Amino acid sequence: MSLDLLGNALVAGLLLGGFYAAVTVGITIAFGMLDIVNIAHPAFIMLGSFIAYFVNQAFGVDPIAIGVVFAPVFFVFGMVVYRIYYTAFERRGQESIRGLAFFFGVLFIGEVSLILTFGVDYRSVEAPYIGAGINLGPIGVPMRLFLPFVVSVVMLGLLQLFLGRTFFGRAIKAVSQDRLALQLMAANPARIKELAFGLSIGTASVAGSLLIIIGPVEPSIGRDYIGRVFAICVLGGMTSVPGTLIAAFIIGVAESFTSTFYGPSWSPAIAFGLLLLVLAVRPAGLLGR
Amino acid sequence: MVALLEVTDVTKRFGGFIALDSVSVEVQEGERLGLIGPNGSGKSTLVNCISGVLRNEGGAITFDGADMRGLPAHRRTRLGIARSFQIPKPFVSMTVLENLAIPLEYAAREWAHPGQVIDDAMAILAQVGLAEKADQRSHGLTQIELRKLELARAVAAKPKLLIADEAMAGLSSTEVDDILNLLLMLNNQGITIIMIEHIMRAVMMFSQRIVVLDAGRKIADGAPEEVVRNPAVEKAYLGE
Amino acid sequence: MKKSPLPFLIGIAVIAALGFGATKLFGNQYYYFAAYVVLQYIVLSTGWNILGGYTGYVNFGVAGFFAIGAYTSVVLVKTFHAPMPVLILAGGAAAGLIGLGTGYLTLRLKGVFFSIATLALAIVLQTFVTNWDYVGGSRGVYTIRPKTVLFFDNYVEFLFIVMLLLALFAVATAWLIERSWIGRGLSAIRDDEVAAEAMGVPTLRLKLFATTVSGFMMGIAGAPYPYYVTYLDPASGFSLAYAVNSVAMPLIGGTTHWFGPVIGAVLLGTAQQVATVTISSAVNLLIVGILLVVFVVVAPEGIIGLFTKRNRKRA
Repeated sequence: MSLDLLGNALVAGLLLGGFYAAVTVGITIAFGMLDIVNIAHPAFIMLGSFIAYFVNQAFGVDPIAIGVVFAPVFFVFGMVVYRIYYTAFERRGQESIRGLAFFFGVLFIGEVSLILTFGVDYRSVEAPYIGAGINLGPIGVPMRLFLPFVVSVVMLGLLQLFLGRTFFGRAIKAVSQDRLALQLMAANPARIKELAFGLSIGTASVAGSLLIIIGPVEPSIGRDYIGRVFAICVLGGMTSVPGTLIAAFIIGVAESFTSTFYGPSWSPAIAFGLLLLVLAVRPAGLLGR
Repeated sequence: MVALLEVTDVTKRFGGFIALDSVSVEVQEGERLGLIGPNGSGKSTLVNCISGVLRNEGGAITFDGADMRGLPAHRRTRLGIARSFQIPKPFVSMTVLENLAIPLEYAAREWAHPGQVIDDAMAILAQVGLAEKADQRSHGLTQIELRKLELARAVAAKPKLLIADEAMAGLSSTEVDDILNLLLMLNNQGITIIMIEHIMRAVMMFSQRIVVLDAGRKIADGAPEEVVRNPAVEKAYLGE
Repeated sequence: MKKSPLPFLIGIAVIAALGFGATKLFGNQYYYFAAYVVLQYIVLSTGWNILGGYTGYVNFGVAGFFAIGAYTSVVLVKTFHAPMPVLILAGGAAAGLIGLGTGYLTLRLKGVFFSIATLALAIVLQTFVTNWDYVGGSRGVYTIRPKTVLFFDNYVEFLFIVMLLLALFAVATAWLIERSWIGRGLSAIRDDEVAAEAMGVPTLRLKLFATTVSGFMMGIAGAPYPYYVTYLDPASGFSLAYAVNSVAMPLIGGTTHWFGPVIGAVLLGTAQQVATVTISSAVNLLIVGILLVVFVVVAPEGIIGLFTKRNRKRA
């Protein structure tokens, strides 16, 4: 086992991990903070990827720019989805099966719609930095991993600032921490949750554009991310943005090592294995009632 | 005489917050105990620890001579501890009768005798005055009917100890009397009852003994007249 | 609690007899192929519903359990040339055990984690199978149907009868559970798990029971599949169609009654069989997905719910 190989695997894992955090932070907000089990989140990510592909192919715009520009659109879309979810389920107290089935349906519709529109072939974007890389000694740092890493960390940093320093951000934290108290006081956090969920989907636009920079995408790879995303969210402590980042690094590195030494087809199993491990060890925040 | 329920030095923490701090209570068989205290004093937490919904970190709970440590809630119910919930939690997809069938079949272990289950359920419903509603689902019931269903369900578990958690909250004066009489009748039939309430006249009329909790600690334990005059109790409710 | 079991049992016997009779009368193989799929969905939907509809815990990894049944058959046929009854029992047992294991790890937590675990489980199982050469890996595996079989003209008719019997078994099991005290305990868990536990229901044990039975049923649905399809690869074994249909059919038909999954499977299954001839399978699945979302939002108690509500208004 060469040190070079190890070093490269480590670096790739960390860079990938940063990106995974960007994918997961939407779930950290929706599921960790708002208790909305949006298993359709990967579908929104894929939508972001394909929008980036389409606009990039048609107009030559940089994919990251596309992701950022479309984020407000996704934000509004997210608010609409939440409205439906709230009216149909949350208000009636039936979040459990129905809400889950709803998001499962959305996930499914998302994937199949993408297949119908774009087919099952792999799609990729073109940008000057894809394919380029810098070398730090024996370690190769591909730009297609490095730039998404940077964008992800910046996005997470901005989110953390938003949650900690702005009025709405702190309102979201309040909703997540004292759900029960808010309910008992008959305060309606629906407005705050609507904005927060919109925010969660907005991140999917950016994450999607990053995904297609890292590698080619086809509609079904969203499903690989479900296990990863929830594993990272749970491992990261559910409600913490920094926790999400650290957990994402762990999973990214674990996948990278496995991929380098055992082959890439085992990657989905890693996140799931870790998820099961975490669930089996059972941090207190997960205990059922 | 060994007490029916012995709670000894029970402590319960939620992270850094101490909900119960070394609380000790004894309840004799057949007794009517009132449990009172300001909001947040730990009454519900204590009930949850006794019934098994929560696990206490420190201390011991003994019921009918048996140590409750590690026993899940459903086992404790089978051994004879039943509780009603502050906010009624009926089984919404079932009729009133079927709601009672659950504790009868599971806690009272009558699952092998469906005929007896129906008879017992109708008898209990008649006692609480819900017999005509037996075939209705719970969503059409009024507040007081829901409270009665909650109590009827607990009674259907054929308990030795019944914990009534704020069964009278928000009810009108006559409705309070209704529930009060029901609890007295159940006690007459031999069921030991712990009543958690804020409605003082009901507590005073019902209890043979009152225990007062404040900020997780027991601050009084004795006959109603004494407890009411206890300065610590006054302070807990009214402040300095 | 009081209805006589006789009508139901007679119904089962009649349907079985009709099925046998049909194989003697009708020669057009296409109908047997189509009916097999619908019957298979009856088993899958009924199995899903025991945990989903009766108990309130949603399994999104149906494809995984189905594939366990199918791939267990592949292994047993390849290694031992095992006969159909063994395949069915083994496939069911394997899937049931995996269900039990998943449940044991996650059912003490919030229901959501069980659902996520089943989703991820299906993906991981697919990864394992794709990497396992003995069962063909990503290239797939061929299972050749025997040329002759007792009592029937050909193996396809035999498969149809096998699936018919499995469907009757599944429905009878669901019916038995539903009308028993165990079924009431499951309903109590679904309605309010905390209250159920407080009323003496051993919630964890019952949930594990439901998960195991449910997994078993999904496994037996998959056991004959290698013979039905003759060429099995991970893409078809773990197909998207199983995932969405097994959830949509009970939700659309009605989740609190054993007949709901049957209605859903018959209606949706038949419609899809008809439609695949005219529209692409992707559009097919899209429609199922949309129906699922619409029903979940608008008619949560399914088709059966719509009928019982109308009856209740008249009464």
